[in-house]
Amino acid sequence: MLIRHPPDISTSEITDELLYTTRREFLLAAGFGLGALSGLLPFARAGLPLTGGTDDDKLTPWDDITGYNNFYEFGTGKDDPARNGGTLRTRPWKVEVAGEVAKPAVYDFDDLLRGLTVEERVYRHRCVEAWSMVVPWNGVPLVSLIDRLEPTSRAKYVEFTTLLDPRQMPGQQRGILDWPYTEGLRMDEARHPLAILVTGLYGKPLPNQNGAPLRLVVPWKYGFKGGKSIVRIRFLETQPATTWNLAAPDEYGFYANVNPEVDHPRWSQARERRIGEFFKRKTLPFNGYADQVAPLYAGMDLRKNF
Amino acid sequence: MTRATFVTRVVKPLLYVAAVVPAVWVTFALFTGRVEGDQVKYLQHFTGTVVLVTLFLTLAVTPLRRLTGWNEVIRVRRLIGLTAFWYALLHFLSYVVFDQMLSLPDIAEDVGKHPWVLVGFASFLMLVPLAVTSTAGWVRRLGGRRWNRLHRLIYPAAIGGVLHYLWLVKKDVRDPLWFAAALGVLFLARIWAARARRKPARARAPRSEPSPLIPAREDVA
Repeated sequence: MLIRHPPDISTSEITDELLYTTRREFLLAAGFGLGALSGLLPFARAGLPLTGGTDDDKLTPWDDITGYNNFYEFGTGKDDPARNGGTLRTRPWKVEVAGEVAKPAVYDFDDLLRGLTVEERVYRHRCVEAWSMVVPWNGVPLVSLIDRLEPTSRAKYVEFTTLLDPRQMPGQQRGILDWPYTEGLRMDEARHPLAILVTGLYGKPLPNQNGAPLRLVVPWKYGFKGGKSIVRIRFLETQPATTWNLAAPDEYGFYANVNPEVDHPRWSQARERRIGEFFKRKTLPFNGYADQVAPLYAGMDLRKNF
Repeated sequence: MTRATFVTRVVKPLLYVAAVVPAVWVTFALFTGRVEGDQVKYLQHFTGTVVLVTLFLTLAVTPLRRLTGWNEVIRVRRLIGLTAFWYALLHFLSYVVFDQMLSLPDIAEDVGKHPWVLVGFASFLMLVPLAVTSTAGWVRRLGGRRWNRLHRLIYPAAIGGVLHYLWLVKKDVRDPLWFAAALGVLFLARIWAARARRKPARARAPRSEPSPLIPAREDVA
Protein backbone atom coordinates (compact mmCIF):
# COMPACT_ATOMS: atom_id res chain seq x y z
CA MET A 1 0.00 0.00 0.00
CA LEU A 2 1.29 3.40 -0.91
CA ILE A 3 0.45 6.22 1.43
CA ARG A 4 1.17 9.59 -0.07
CA HIS A 5 3.25 11.96 1.95
CA PRO A 6 1.24 15.18 2.52
CA PRO A 7 2.83 18.23 0.92
CA ASP A 8 4.40 20.27 3.68
CA ILE A 9 6.46 22.60 1.54
CA SER A 10 5.05 25.85 0.26
CA THR A 11 5.30 26.36 -3.50
CA SER A 12 7.64 29.32 -3.03
CA GLU A 13 10.20 26.96 -1.51
CA ILE A 14 10.17 24.59 -4.46
CA THR A 15 13.03 24.97 -6.87
CA ASP A 16 12.07 25.92 -10.40
CA GLU A 17 12.09 22.78 -12.52
CA LEU A 18 14.53 24.16 -15.07
CA LEU A 19 16.97 25.06 -12.31
CA TYR A 20 16.42 21.64 -10.78
CA THR A 21 17.05 19.72 -13.98
CA THR A 22 20.20 21.70 -14.71
CA ARG A 23 21.55 21.48 -11.16
CA ARG A 24 24.19 18.94 -12.17
CA GLU A 25 25.52 21.14 -14.91
CA PHE A 26 25.70 23.88 -12.31
CA LEU A 27 27.57 21.65 -9.90
CA LEU A 28 29.92 20.54 -12.64
CA ALA A 29 30.52 24.11 -13.76
CA ALA A 30 31.17 25.10 -10.16
CA GLY A 31 33.60 22.21 -9.90
CA PHE A 32 35.42 23.18 -13.08
CA GLY A 33 35.49 26.79 -11.92
CA LEU A 34 37.15 25.82 -8.69
CA GLY A 35 39.47 23.50 -10.58
CA ALA A 36 40.47 26.26 -12.97
CA LEU A 37 41.00 28.61 -10.05
CA SER A 38 43.27 26.16 -8.29
CA GLY A 39 45.18 25.78 -11.57
CA LEU A 40 45.84 29.52 -11.54
CA LEU A 41 47.04 29.52 -7.97
CA PRO A 42 50.30 27.61 -7.96
CA PHE A 43 50.10 26.76 -4.29
CA ALA A 44 46.44 25.79 -4.22
CA ARG A 45 45.84 22.10 -3.76
CA ALA A 46 43.87 20.33 -6.44
CA GLY A 47 40.33 19.31 -5.65
CA LEU A 48 37.56 20.74 -3.59
CA PRO A 49 37.97 21.76 0.02
CA LEU A 50 37.15 18.92 2.36
CA THR A 51 34.19 19.16 4.69
CA GLY A 52 35.68 19.18 8.15
CA GLY A 53 39.31 18.53 7.30
CA THR A 54 42.44 20.39 6.31
CA ASP A 55 44.66 17.47 5.32
CA ASP A 56 46.30 16.99 1.97
CA ASP A 57 43.24 15.19 0.74
CA LYS A 58 42.89 15.15 -3.01
CA LEU A 59 39.71 13.86 -4.59
CA THR A 60 39.94 10.21 -5.54
CA PRO A 61 39.26 9.83 -9.28
CA TRP A 62 35.83 8.69 -10.47
CA ASP A 63 37.26 5.47 -11.94
CA ASP A 64 38.65 4.37 -8.59
CA ILE A 65 35.52 5.28 -6.63
CA THR A 66 33.32 3.41 -9.09
CA GLY A 67 35.71 0.55 -9.91
CA TYR A 68 36.94 -0.54 -6.49
CA ASN A 69 33.99 -1.41 -4.29
CA ASN A 70 32.94 -3.67 -1.47
CA PHE A 71 29.33 -4.48 -2.26
CA TYR A 72 29.00 -8.20 -1.64
CA GLU A 73 25.47 -8.21 -3.07
CA PHE A 74 27.24 -8.14 -6.45
CA GLY A 75 30.18 -10.40 -5.57
CA THR A 76 33.11 -10.33 -3.19
CA GLY A 77 35.75 -9.14 -5.68
CA LYS A 78 36.53 -5.43 -5.73
CA ASP A 79 35.62 -5.19 -9.42
CA ASP A 80 32.51 -7.40 -9.15
CA PRO A 81 30.10 -4.57 -8.22
CA ALA A 82 31.08 -2.51 -11.27
CA ARG A 83 30.80 -5.60 -13.47
CA ASN A 84 27.56 -7.04 -12.03
CA GLY A 85 25.78 -3.91 -10.82
CA GLY A 86 23.93 -3.46 -14.11
CA THR A 87 21.18 -5.87 -13.12
CA LEU A 88 19.96 -3.56 -10.34
CA ARG A 89 16.85 -1.53 -11.28
CA THR A 90 16.81 1.70 -9.32
CA ARG A 91 13.50 3.07 -10.70
CA PRO A 92 10.83 2.71 -9.55
CA TRP A 93 12.27 2.44 -6.03
CA LYS A 94 10.28 2.21 -2.82
CA VAL A 95 11.55 2.96 0.65
CA GLU A 96 9.61 1.69 3.63
CA VAL A 97 9.65 3.85 6.75
CA ALA A 98 8.71 1.76 9.77
CA GLY A 99 8.90 1.35 13.52
CA GLU A 100 8.80 4.11 16.10
CA VAL A 101 7.75 6.86 13.77
CA ALA A 102 4.77 9.16 13.44
CA LYS A 103 4.15 8.40 9.80
CA PRO A 104 5.07 4.82 8.89
CA ALA A 105 4.62 4.46 5.15
CA VAL A 106 6.06 3.20 1.93
CA TYR A 107 7.43 6.10 -0.04
CA ASP A 108 8.40 6.39 -3.62
CA PHE A 109 12.10 7.25 -3.60
CA ASP A 110 11.56 10.61 -5.30
CA ASP A 111 8.81 11.56 -2.83
CA LEU A 112 10.92 10.61 0.17
CA LEU A 113 13.56 13.24 -0.47
CA ARG A 114 11.46 15.80 -2.36
CA GLY A 115 12.20 19.30 -1.22
CA LEU A 116 15.30 18.38 0.78
CA THR A 117 18.38 20.24 -0.38
CA VAL A 118 21.01 18.06 -2.01
CA GLU A 119 24.44 19.19 -0.85
CA GLU A 120 27.92 18.30 -1.98
CA ARG A 121 30.00 16.82 0.82
CA VAL A 122 33.63 15.87 0.28
CA TYR A 123 34.39 13.17 2.83
CA ARG A 124 37.25 10.88 3.63
CA HIS A 125 36.06 7.29 3.28
CA ARG A 126 37.95 4.74 5.38
CA CYS A 127 37.39 1.04 4.78
CA VAL A 128 37.87 -1.44 7.62
CA GLU A 129 40.36 -3.16 5.28
CA ALA A 130 42.74 -0.21 5.77
CA TRP A 131 42.33 1.64 2.49
CA SER A 132 40.73 5.03 2.02
CA MET A 133 39.44 7.46 -0.55
CA VAL A 134 38.26 11.07 -0.71
CA VAL A 135 34.79 11.16 -2.19
CA PRO A 136 32.62 14.09 -3.35
CA TRP A 137 29.19 12.79 -2.39
CA ASN A 138 25.89 14.48 -3.19
CA GLY A 139 23.23 13.93 -0.62
CA VAL A 140 20.92 15.20 2.06
CA PRO A 141 21.73 15.39 5.76
CA LEU A 142 20.15 12.35 7.39
CA VAL A 143 18.83 14.57 10.17
CA SER A 144 16.69 16.54 7.73
CA LEU A 145 14.92 13.36 6.65
CA ILE A 146 14.59 12.13 10.24
CA ASP A 147 12.98 15.41 11.25
CA ARG A 148 10.51 15.08 8.42
CA LEU A 149 9.62 11.51 9.37
CA GLU A 150 9.02 12.47 13.02
CA PRO A 151 10.30 9.47 15.01
CA THR A 152 8.58 8.95 18.38
CA SER A 153 10.30 9.55 21.70
CA ARG A 154 10.86 5.80 21.97
CA ALA A 155 13.11 5.78 18.88
CA LYS A 156 16.68 5.26 20.12
CA TYR A 157 18.18 3.68 17.01
CA VAL A 158 17.73 3.76 13.23
CA GLU A 159 18.17 0.67 11.09
CA PHE A 160 18.88 0.71 7.34
CA THR A 161 18.06 -2.34 5.25
CA THR A 162 19.45 -3.05 1.78
CA LEU A 163 17.35 -4.55 -1.00
CA LEU A 164 16.98 -8.33 -0.92
CA ASP A 165 16.56 -9.69 -4.44
CA PRO A 166 18.98 -12.38 -5.61
CA ARG A 167 17.91 -11.85 -9.23
CA GLN A 168 18.92 -8.21 -9.21
CA MET A 169 21.77 -8.79 -6.77
CA PRO A 170 23.47 -12.01 -7.91
CA GLY A 171 25.88 -12.00 -4.97
CA GLN A 172 22.92 -12.80 -2.71
CA GLN A 173 22.64 -16.21 -4.35
CA ARG A 174 25.48 -17.25 -2.04
CA GLY A 175 25.06 -17.11 1.70
CA ILE A 176 28.33 -15.26 2.24
CA LEU A 177 26.50 -12.84 4.57
CA ASP A 178 23.12 -13.02 6.28
CA TRP A 179 21.00 -11.16 3.71
CA PRO A 180 19.52 -8.63 3.58
CA TYR A 181 22.37 -6.39 4.68
CA THR A 182 21.34 -4.29 7.65
CA GLU A 183 23.17 -1.47 9.35
CA GLY A 184 22.23 0.89 12.12
CA LEU A 185 23.07 4.00 14.09
CA ARG A 186 22.27 5.32 17.50
CA MET A 187 19.77 8.17 17.20
CA ASP A 188 22.26 10.87 18.20
CA GLU A 189 24.73 9.55 15.63
CA ALA A 190 22.05 9.53 12.97
CA ARG A 191 21.11 13.11 13.84
CA HIS A 192 24.70 14.32 13.60
CA PRO A 193 25.03 16.83 10.75
CA LEU A 194 27.92 14.87 9.17
CA ALA A 195 25.75 11.79 8.56
CA ILE A 196 24.21 11.93 5.09
CA LEU A 197 21.97 9.96 2.77
CA VAL A 198 23.71 9.90 -0.57
CA THR A 199 22.07 10.04 -3.99
CA GLY A 200 24.95 11.21 -6.16
CA LEU A 201 28.67 11.20 -6.76
CA TYR A 202 30.74 13.89 -8.49
CA GLY A 203 27.47 15.68 -9.30
CA LYS A 204 26.15 12.64 -11.18
CA PRO A 205 23.53 10.12 -10.11
CA LEU A 206 24.98 7.50 -7.79
CA PRO A 207 26.24 4.49 -9.81
CA ASN A 208 24.73 1.13 -8.90
CA GLN A 209 28.05 -0.24 -7.63
CA ASN A 210 28.19 2.58 -5.08
CA GLY A 211 24.75 1.84 -3.63
CA ALA A 212 22.19 3.47 -5.92
CA PRO A 213 19.74 4.97 -5.58
CA LEU A 214 20.15 5.70 -1.87
CA ARG A 215 22.92 4.92 0.56
CA LEU A 216 24.11 5.98 3.95
CA VAL A 217 27.48 7.67 4.51
CA VAL A 218 28.84 8.14 8.02
CA PRO A 219 32.33 9.52 7.46
CA TRP A 220 33.75 8.94 10.95
CA LYS A 221 32.92 5.23 10.81
CA TYR A 222 34.32 2.37 8.75
CA GLY A 223 32.76 2.15 5.32
CA PHE A 224 30.71 -0.97 6.02
CA LYS A 225 28.42 1.11 8.28
CA GLY A 226 27.12 2.84 5.17
CA GLY A 227 24.28 0.62 4.01
CA LYS A 228 23.65 0.73 0.25
CA SER A 229 20.57 0.51 -1.97
CA ILE A 230 18.34 1.17 1.03
CA VAL A 231 14.74 -0.09 0.92
CA ARG A 232 13.78 0.27 4.57
CA ILE A 233 14.47 2.80 7.30
CA ARG A 234 13.24 1.56 10.67
CA PHE A 235 13.24 3.44 13.97
CA LEU A 236 13.81 1.18 16.96
CA GLU A 237 13.89 1.30 20.72
CA THR A 238 16.68 -1.28 20.95
CA GLN A 239 19.97 -1.64 19.13
CA PRO A 240 19.45 -3.39 15.80
CA ALA A 241 21.48 -6.42 14.70
CA THR A 242 23.96 -5.43 12.02
CA THR A 243 25.26 -7.70 9.29
CA TRP A 244 29.04 -7.68 9.77
CA ASN A 245 28.60 -7.81 13.52
CA LEU A 246 26.53 -10.97 13.10
CA ALA A 247 29.10 -12.43 10.69
CA ALA A 248 32.09 -11.89 13.01
CA PRO A 249 31.18 -10.29 16.36
CA ASP A 250 34.79 -10.13 17.58
CA GLU A 251 35.94 -8.34 14.41
CA TYR A 252 33.18 -5.86 13.58
CA GLY A 253 31.38 -3.95 16.32
CA PHE A 254 28.14 -2.00 16.20
CA TYR A 255 29.93 1.33 16.54
CA ALA A 256 32.81 0.72 14.10
CA ASN A 257 34.23 4.20 14.61
CA VAL A 258 37.50 4.68 12.77
CA ASN A 259 40.09 4.20 15.48
CA PRO A 260 43.85 3.79 14.88
CA GLU A 261 44.26 2.65 18.49
CA VAL A 262 41.99 -0.36 18.23
CA ASP A 263 43.23 -2.96 15.76
CA HIS A 264 41.07 -5.36 13.88
CA PRO A 265 41.87 -8.71 15.56
CA ARG A 266 43.69 -9.82 12.42
CA TRP A 267 45.27 -6.62 11.12
CA SER A 268 46.39 -3.17 12.18
CA GLN A 269 44.17 -0.09 11.85
CA ALA A 270 46.99 2.34 12.62
CA ARG A 271 47.60 3.18 8.96
CA GLU A 272 45.71 3.21 5.73
CA ARG A 273 46.52 3.32 2.06
CA ARG A 274 44.90 6.24 0.29
CA ILE A 275 43.86 4.87 -3.08
CA GLY A 276 46.30 6.23 -5.66
CA GLU A 277 49.20 6.42 -3.23
CA PHE A 278 51.93 3.85 -2.65
CA PHE A 279 52.90 4.49 0.94
CA LYS A 280 50.48 4.16 3.80
CA ARG A 281 49.50 7.16 5.87
CA LYS A 282 48.46 7.43 9.50
CA THR A 283 44.81 6.83 10.23
CA LEU A 284 43.19 9.65 12.20
CA PRO A 285 40.86 9.10 15.16
CA PHE A 286 37.26 9.21 13.95
CA ASN A 287 38.75 9.45 10.45
CA GLY A 288 39.76 13.05 11.11
CA TYR A 289 36.30 14.14 12.30
CA ALA A 290 37.07 13.85 16.04
CA ASP A 291 36.42 17.56 16.67
CA GLN A 292 32.85 17.17 15.47
CA VAL A 293 31.90 13.69 16.68
CA ALA A 294 34.05 12.72 19.67
CA PRO A 295 31.53 14.25 22.15
CA LEU A 296 28.97 11.65 21.00
CA TYR A 297 31.09 9.00 22.72
CA ALA A 298 32.12 10.88 25.85
CA GLY A 299 32.62 8.46 28.73
CA MET A 300 32.44 5.35 26.54
CA ASP A 301 35.19 2.75 26.46
CA LEU A 302 35.96 2.72 22.73
CA ARG A 303 38.04 -0.43 23.08
CA LYS A 304 35.00 -2.33 24.32
CA ASN A 305 32.55 -0.49 22.07
CA PHE A 306 34.59 -0.95 18.90
CA MET B 1 66.81 -35.67 -29.09
CA THR B 2 66.71 -37.60 -25.84
CA ARG B 3 64.20 -36.68 -23.19
CA ALA B 4 67.01 -35.25 -21.06
CA THR B 5 68.25 -32.86 -23.76
CA PHE B 6 64.66 -31.95 -24.62
CA VAL B 7 64.13 -30.85 -21.03
CA THR B 8 67.42 -28.93 -20.90
CA ARG B 9 67.21 -27.31 -24.34
CA VAL B 10 63.48 -26.71 -24.77
CA VAL B 11 61.51 -26.99 -21.53
CA LYS B 12 63.96 -25.11 -19.38
CA PRO B 13 64.34 -22.03 -21.59
CA LEU B 14 60.57 -21.89 -21.91
CA LEU B 15 60.23 -22.01 -18.14
CA TYR B 16 62.77 -19.18 -17.79
CA VAL B 17 60.53 -17.06 -19.99
CA ALA B 18 57.40 -18.19 -18.12
CA ALA B 19 59.05 -17.21 -14.84
CA VAL B 20 59.58 -13.64 -16.01
CA VAL B 21 56.14 -13.19 -17.60
CA PRO B 22 54.24 -12.46 -14.34
CA ALA B 23 56.75 -9.80 -13.30
CA VAL B 24 56.57 -8.15 -16.70
CA TRP B 25 52.77 -8.30 -16.67
CA VAL B 26 52.34 -6.82 -13.20
CA THR B 27 54.80 -4.00 -13.97
CA PHE B 28 52.97 -3.27 -17.20
CA ALA B 29 49.55 -3.36 -15.50
CA LEU B 30 50.62 -1.01 -12.73
CA PHE B 31 52.36 1.52 -14.94
CA THR B 32 49.61 1.70 -17.56
CA GLY B 33 46.86 2.39 -15.02
CA ARG B 34 45.11 -0.93 -15.58
CA VAL B 35 44.71 -1.53 -11.88
CA GLU B 36 41.78 0.23 -10.23
CA GLY B 37 41.91 0.89 -6.53
CA ASP B 38 44.71 -0.25 -4.27
CA GLN B 39 47.69 -0.82 -6.55
CA VAL B 40 50.03 -2.02 -3.83
CA LYS B 41 47.48 -4.54 -2.64
CA TYR B 42 47.18 -5.74 -6.22
CA LEU B 43 50.95 -6.16 -6.44
CA GLN B 44 50.97 -8.05 -3.14
CA HIS B 45 48.06 -10.28 -4.03
CA PHE B 46 49.50 -10.98 -7.44
CA THR B 47 53.02 -11.84 -6.27
CA GLY B 48 51.59 -13.87 -3.38
CA THR B 49 49.55 -15.94 -5.80
CA VAL B 50 52.59 -16.54 -8.01
CA VAL B 51 54.54 -17.70 -4.95
CA LEU B 52 51.90 -20.24 -3.98
CA VAL B 53 51.53 -21.56 -7.53
CA THR B 54 55.29 -21.92 -8.07
CA LEU B 55 55.79 -23.49 -4.64
CA PHE B 56 53.09 -26.01 -5.48
CA LEU B 57 54.71 -26.73 -8.87
CA THR B 58 58.01 -27.31 -7.06
CA LEU B 59 56.25 -29.73 -4.75
CA ALA B 60 54.67 -31.48 -7.73
CA VAL B 61 58.02 -32.40 -9.29
CA THR B 62 58.89 -35.34 -7.05
CA PRO B 63 55.51 -37.09 -7.11
CA LEU B 64 55.33 -36.53 -10.87
CA ARG B 65 58.75 -38.07 -11.31
CA ARG B 66 57.98 -41.03 -9.06
CA LEU B 67 54.62 -41.73 -10.60
CA THR B 68 55.62 -41.36 -14.24
CA GLY B 69 59.26 -42.33 -14.16
CA TRP B 70 60.21 -39.11 -15.99
CA ASN B 71 63.30 -38.53 -13.93
CA GLU B 72 64.29 -35.63 -16.17
CA VAL B 73 61.71 -33.31 -14.60
CA ILE B 74 64.08 -32.92 -11.67
CA ARG B 75 66.16 -30.68 -13.95
CA VAL B 76 63.59 -27.90 -13.76
CA ARG B 77 62.83 -28.11 -10.04
CA ARG B 78 65.48 -25.63 -8.95
CA LEU B 79 64.34 -23.13 -11.57
CA ILE B 80 60.73 -23.32 -10.39
CA GLY B 81 61.72 -23.22 -6.73
CA LEU B 82 63.90 -20.15 -7.27
CA THR B 83 61.06 -18.48 -9.14
CA ALA B 84 58.94 -18.96 -6.02
CA PHE B 85 61.68 -17.40 -3.95
CA TRP B 86 62.13 -14.33 -6.17
CA TYR B 87 58.43 -13.60 -6.17
CA ALA B 88 58.31 -14.16 -2.40
CA LEU B 89 61.11 -11.60 -2.10
CA LEU B 90 59.13 -9.12 -4.21
CA HIS B 91 56.06 -9.79 -2.09
CA PHE B 92 58.05 -9.31 1.11
CA LEU B 93 59.74 -6.13 -0.14
CA SER B 94 56.43 -4.59 -1.17
CA TYR B 95 55.21 -5.11 2.40
CA VAL B 96 58.38 -3.83 4.03
CA VAL B 97 58.66 -0.78 1.78
CA PHE B 98 55.09 0.27 0.96
CA ASP B 99 53.20 -0.91 4.04
CA GLN B 100 55.83 -0.36 6.70
CA MET B 101 58.14 2.19 5.08
CA LEU B 102 61.17 0.20 6.29
CA SER B 103 60.37 0.93 9.91
CA LEU B 104 61.78 -1.96 11.95
CA PRO B 105 59.76 -1.24 15.12
CA ASP B 106 56.55 -1.14 13.09
CA ILE B 107 57.42 -4.39 11.33
CA ALA B 108 58.26 -6.04 14.66
CA GLU B 109 54.97 -4.88 16.14
CA ASP B 110 52.95 -6.04 13.15
CA VAL B 111 54.65 -9.45 13.08
CA GLY B 112 54.22 -9.86 16.84
CA LYS B 113 50.59 -8.84 16.94
CA HIS B 114 49.07 -10.37 13.84
CA PRO B 115 49.33 -14.13 13.25
CA TRP B 116 48.74 -13.88 9.50
CA VAL B 117 51.73 -11.55 9.17
CA LEU B 118 53.83 -13.76 11.43
CA VAL B 119 53.04 -16.86 9.40
CA GLY B 120 53.82 -15.11 6.11
CA PHE B 121 57.03 -13.67 7.51
CA ALA B 122 58.15 -17.05 8.87
CA SER B 123 57.36 -18.78 5.58
CA PHE B 124 59.45 -16.26 3.70
CA LEU B 125 62.37 -16.72 6.12
CA MET B 126 62.18 -20.49 5.56
CA LEU B 127 62.56 -20.00 1.83
CA VAL B 128 65.79 -18.01 2.24
CA PRO B 129 68.09 -20.95 3.21
CA LEU B 130 66.49 -23.04 0.47
CA ALA B 131 67.33 -20.43 -2.16
CA VAL B 132 70.87 -19.97 -0.81
CA THR B 133 71.59 -23.72 -0.80
CA SER B 134 70.06 -24.34 -4.19
CA THR B 135 73.44 -24.43 -5.95
CA ALA B 136 75.35 -27.60 -6.80
CA GLY B 137 78.16 -26.41 -4.54
CA TRP B 138 75.84 -26.35 -1.55
CA VAL B 139 74.45 -29.78 -2.35
CA ARG B 140 77.99 -31.11 -2.31
CA ARG B 141 78.95 -29.24 0.85
CA LEU B 142 75.90 -30.40 2.76
CA GLY B 143 75.70 -33.86 1.28
CA GLY B 144 72.53 -35.22 -0.27
CA ARG B 145 70.94 -36.45 2.93
CA ARG B 146 71.39 -33.24 4.90
CA TRP B 147 70.45 -31.15 1.88
CA ASN B 148 67.25 -33.16 1.56
CA ARG B 149 66.45 -32.73 5.21
CA LEU B 150 66.99 -28.96 5.05
CA HIS B 151 64.85 -28.64 1.97
CA ARG B 152 61.91 -30.24 3.74
CA LEU B 153 61.39 -26.67 4.99
CA ILE B 154 59.35 -26.23 1.83
CA TYR B 155 56.50 -28.14 3.53
CA PRO B 156 55.98 -25.77 6.46
CA ALA B 157 56.63 -22.81 4.13
CA ALA B 158 53.86 -23.94 1.76
CA ILE B 159 51.43 -24.65 4.61
CA GLY B 160 52.31 -21.26 6.13
CA GLY B 161 51.74 -19.55 2.79
CA VAL B 162 48.23 -20.99 2.51
CA LEU B 163 47.42 -20.08 6.13
CA HIS B 164 48.74 -16.56 5.51
CA TYR B 165 46.27 -16.25 2.63
CA LEU B 166 43.38 -17.80 4.55
CA TRP B 167 43.81 -15.51 7.54
CA LEU B 168 43.93 -12.29 5.56
CA VAL B 169 40.63 -12.87 3.76
CA LYS B 170 37.70 -10.99 5.28
CA LYS B 171 34.89 -13.42 4.56
CA ASP B 172 34.99 -15.13 1.19
CA VAL B 173 37.53 -17.92 1.80
CA ARG B 174 36.88 -19.87 -1.40
CA ASP B 175 40.18 -18.95 -3.06
CA PRO B 176 42.46 -19.81 -0.14
CA LEU B 177 40.52 -23.03 0.35
CA TRP B 178 41.23 -24.01 -3.27
CA PHE B 179 44.91 -23.55 -2.55
CA ALA B 180 44.58 -25.58 0.65
CA ALA B 181 42.88 -28.36 -1.31
CA ALA B 182 45.61 -28.32 -3.96
CA LEU B 183 48.27 -28.55 -1.27
CA GLY B 184 46.40 -31.48 0.27
CA VAL B 185 46.39 -33.26 -3.08
CA LEU B 186 50.13 -32.66 -3.47
CA PHE B 187 50.85 -34.11 -0.04
CA LEU B 188 48.68 -37.13 -0.78
CA ALA B 189 50.49 -37.59 -4.08
CA ARG B 190 53.83 -37.57 -2.26
CA ILE B 191 52.69 -40.19 0.21
CA TRP B 192 51.27 -42.31 -2.54
CA ALA B 193 54.39 -41.95 -4.68
CA ALA B 194 56.62 -42.84 -1.73
CA ARG B 195 54.59 -46.00 -1.09
CA ALA B 196 54.60 -46.99 -4.74
CA ARG B 197 58.37 -46.67 -4.75
CA ARG B 198 58.92 -48.60 -1.53
CA LYS B 199 57.17 -51.77 -2.69
CA PRO B 200 59.41 -52.73 -5.63
CA ALA B 201 62.44 -51.48 -3.69
CA ARG B 202 61.90 -54.20 -1.12
CA ALA B 203 62.13 -56.82 -3.84
CA ARG B 204 65.45 -55.47 -5.05
CA ALA B 205 68.66 -55.23 -3.10
CA PRO B 206 68.51 -52.57 -0.38
CA ARG B 207 70.03 -49.30 -1.45
CA SER B 208 70.60 -45.93 0.06
CA GLU B 209 68.37 -42.95 -0.53
CA PRO B 210 69.45 -41.25 -3.76
CA SER B 211 70.47 -37.63 -3.58
CA PRO B 212 67.88 -35.48 -5.35
CA LEU B 213 70.40 -33.88 -7.64
CA ILE B 214 72.67 -36.80 -8.35
CA PRO B 215 70.69 -38.19 -11.28
CA ALA B 216 70.68 -34.67 -12.69
CA ARG B 217 74.35 -33.96 -12.18
CA GLU B 218 75.02 -32.90 -15.77
CA ASP B 219 72.27 -30.32 -15.29
CA VAL B 220 74.44 -28.31 -12.94
CA ALA B 221 75.67 -25.33 -14.88
